[in-house]
Amino acid sequence: MWDLSTNALDTAKLRGATYGDVRVMHLRQRDLTTKNGQVGTLAHSESLGLGIRVLANGAWGFASTDRLTREGVAACAAQAVSIAKASALAKRGDVVLAPEKAYVDSWQSPFRKDPFEIPLETQLALLLAADAEMRLVKGVTLTETDMQFRKVESWFASSIGSRIHQHKVISGCGIAATSFQGQEIQKRSYPNGFGGQHSLQGYELVESLDLMRNAPLIAEEAAALHSVSQCPEKVGTLILGGSQLGLQIHESIGHPIELDRVLGQEANFAGTSFLTLDQLNHLKYASSIVNVVADARLDHGQGLGTFAYDDEGVPAQCTDIIKDGIFSGYLSNRETAHLVGLDRSSGTMRTESWNRLPIIRMTNVSLLPGTWNYDDLISDTHDGILMETNRSWSIDDRRYQFQFSTEIGWEIKGGKKVRMLKNPSYSGISTEFWNSCDAICRFDHWTLWGTPNCGKGQPMQTTGTGHGAAPARFRNVHIGTAFSNQ
Amino acid sequence: MKPAAKNKKGSTASSAGAAELLHERELRRIVDTVLRLAKSTGAEEAEVHVDEVADALTRFANNAIHQNVAEHGLTVSIRTVVDGRTARATTNRIQEDSLRSAIEVSLSLAHRQPKDPRLLPMPGKQSYRAVNRFIKQTAALSAEERARAVRRACDLAVKKGQVAAGIYSNGQSQSVLGNSRGLFAAYRETHSEFSITAQEGPAASWAKANSADVRAFDPQKLTARACQKAHLAVNSRELAPGRYTVILEPAAVLDLVGFLFYDFAATALEDKRSCLNERMAKQLFGQNISISDDVYHPLQQGAPFDGEGLPRQPVLLVDCGIPKNLVYSRAAAQAAGKRPTGHGFALPNEYGEAPMNLVFGGGDSSMDKMVTSTGRGLLVTRLWYIREVDPYEKVMTGMTRDGLFLVENGRVTGAARNFRFNQSLIEMLKKVELLGPAVRATGEEAFEMVVPAMKVRDFCFSEVTKF
Repeated sequence: MWDLSTNALDTAKLRGATYGDVRVMHLRQRDLTTKNGQVGTLAHSESLGLGIRVLANGAWGFASTDRLTREGVAACAAQAVSIAKASALAKRGDVVLAPEKAYVDSWQSPFRKDPFEIPLETQLALLLAADAEMRLVKGVTLTETDMQFRKVESWFASSIGSRIHQHKVISGCGIAATSFQGQEIQKRSYPNGFGGQHSLQGYELVESLDLMRNAPLIAEEAAALHSVSQCPEKVGTLILGGSQLGLQIHESIGHPIELDRVLGQEANFAGTSFLTLDQLNHLKYASSIVNVVADARLDHGQGLGTFAYDDEGVPAQCTDIIKDGIFSGYLSNRETAHLVGLDRSSGTMRTESWNRLPIIRMTNVSLLPGTWNYDDLISDTHDGILMETNRSWSIDDRRYQFQFSTEIGWEIKGGKKVRMLKNPSYSGISTEFWNSCDAICRFDHWTLWGTPNCGKGQPMQTTGTGHGAAPARFRNVHIGTAFSNQ
Repeated sequence: MKPAAKNKKGSTASSAGAAELLHERELRRIVDTVLRLAKSTGAEEAEVHVDEVADALTRFANNAIHQNVAEHGLTVSIRTVVDGRTARATTNRIQEDSLRSAIEVSLSLAHRQPKDPRLLPMPGKQSYRAVNRFIKQTAALSAEERARAVRRACDLAVKKGQVAAGIYSNGQSQSVLGNSRGLFAAYRETHSEFSITAQEGPAASWAKANSADVRAFDPQKLTARACQKAHLAVNSRELAPGRYTVILEPAAVLDLVGFLFYDFAATALEDKRSCLNERMAKQLFGQNISISDDVYHPLQQGAPFDGEGLPRQPVLLVDCGIPKNLVYSRAAAQAAGKRPTGHGFALPNEYGEAPMNLVFGGGDSSMDKMVTSTGRGLLVTRLWYIREVDPYEKVMTGMTRDGLFLVENGRVTGAARNFRFNQSLIEMLKKVELLGPAVRATGEEAFEMVVPAMKVRDFCFSEVTKF
């Protein structure tokens, strides 16, 4: 692969590029699903190709190909340079990159069990057994299960001399039970909505989930939701379960800190950000107990945002995003770092595949654990609502105003969970919400959740991000707004 | 490895110009190779999809190009059947040994699962209605031409004291599908798109067009429209949440009603996750609402065959507010005792089918008429981040974006801060007062459809944001 990369970089230089980086990537994926006791999807896919990004005449060009011959790669590199020269027809200044060292390295993400080596029969048997458990519950009208496994191998080379080989193994698994009764559809998912939990692990992730114990529990909850009370509309105390809080972090902290959004580069599509440059180190983003980091290092955990180097050849780092409640950092790349006074990229350029341009992405944007035991948090709550497992999410294009709904809620009275509630929802303004946080559970309740479906960029790219979170409590939250006036 | 895109003289693409697609006979050769190898490897039946794409996209922001990309790729997706079981393997490596390997993976997956009682034999040879959606001028648009058009758009924004961001893209794609029972289908199309957001201080507005024919829209006119509306959006004022009469531009209509498409799948009803369960043949929407699925509509795009190669049939889904028909894959049709409509997804899958070419019936009300007939209401340019809150009542939430304007006494009187809505689509389609002509609409939440602008009463805005 290095010969192909060198060939591409040499061609780009000959054609007039002043900088170039090349990603050769080999992606393999296995998808399994079941529905109502039958196999749904059963598919394997692989894709191998090369993408080259160049600077010429001070502007960017990118081209990709799956024709991995000398001629095909050279043509692709030449096309990237031609595109860069076309870009220069509509530039307002030359691109300047923050300095970065050259690295020669190889890295393999840790895993205990290669999911592609686990017999398919074993995987299907587990999904079908969990599916059957859910179908035993009266009132359940649809059962679904899924597993997804990926191997992503990449060879990064740049004109400053980096040669970085990385190999990642990613696993995902989840189950869901749906119940249609009367005029209502209710659903419960485990361990999270929209495909379950995903992480940078092998098959050990699946084995850790205990699907068989949880399948009947969520099925019973899905059926029971029809006969419980609607979540009330009020301003009150909210406790979020860890997975829902992970998505709350993703939408109201992770996206607004992307420096490309802040600088207007996503204004036409993903939107901009309320975190204008003057807010850095000044804005009281959250209450003083809130500490958030963007951490791509393995030390943080095996998340979907964990790697050794980003797709621009910058080593994984940990950046303070919110420190003791104060907004402290953005996600940057080599092009934008200097605009916020940094002398180096924070290492967040990521690409979906060989045919996509790396763009600024969340890594693992996590809320650091607090001090509360979960049982104590419940006991300490006189009147509140606990919401678990996301059902819908929406936020404005500057990331101020959000609304989430979850699959299930629990009313808390006098320090006890007293009854189940259906159709829970809450809404707010990002900074007001995070400033209302008054309790965060400690590390033994903390999970590095995976969001596998984060879409951004044009052409659209879907990338996985990680979000560590433990259950936390928020005061004076608008609850039940999604269903008011319906 | 697949051959690179070649021009007519056989040389590889090496400039910023668009790559050309392979000739259909070369894709047919891949199909034939796979079918031959599959037969020799023990597959009882085999199906091959070959998809090729050559796309380019120029992205601009802050009045300059900041991203500019091109891609060219080809994938071969193989489904085999053995002893009542089926599975799929996909690769982008097309040497014979790689194709053989993909067939073996597919067979191995198929062998190692329980029998599928609903699996049908593959369909035989079919006839297809011709559609022509390949426009040479679209395919030929170069990076230099896109850059010059972007430069002109940015210059106009600068002249207005505004900041422009957007995309200008073009591309071509083709798909062929063949199976071991003699079915063969082929389709190619071009696509192009221009989208622009003009920003004036904190205010912004937006315009976008999308067509197989790049000559069907004018980037400068779209830019001028976005700039004009961005200027109108300056000094927005905060209004109280509540129910308003709204005038939804076609993009706003599309991104809302686009969430209905999957509810018309027969499999979704069988799974009891469609909002149409127990509502078919009832007066669900207003009598002025009719919806079809019609891939042959002149403003539509897409192949005239489905994932198994069946010809797509036009289907009247809603007639004068009454849901009348569903779409059926072959398996769903077999289960329901109906005829398949040519809307199935590639097998194996758990979703069955969906109408992908929705066409709403329009009316004759212009946007001006909708505004002048409104005592107090809101004109909505675009909606954003729409998600389903209640799947049966079809309550959707989302935000307005890039131009929300207050209408008072028949004219636009100013801009309003953006609202969050929580609105049942079913209720909304009962309260449509006026319809514009149906047009090809493009937004960011749903794929392109043919929909009209709508004037709707009692649209529910629940909260306001800070801009």
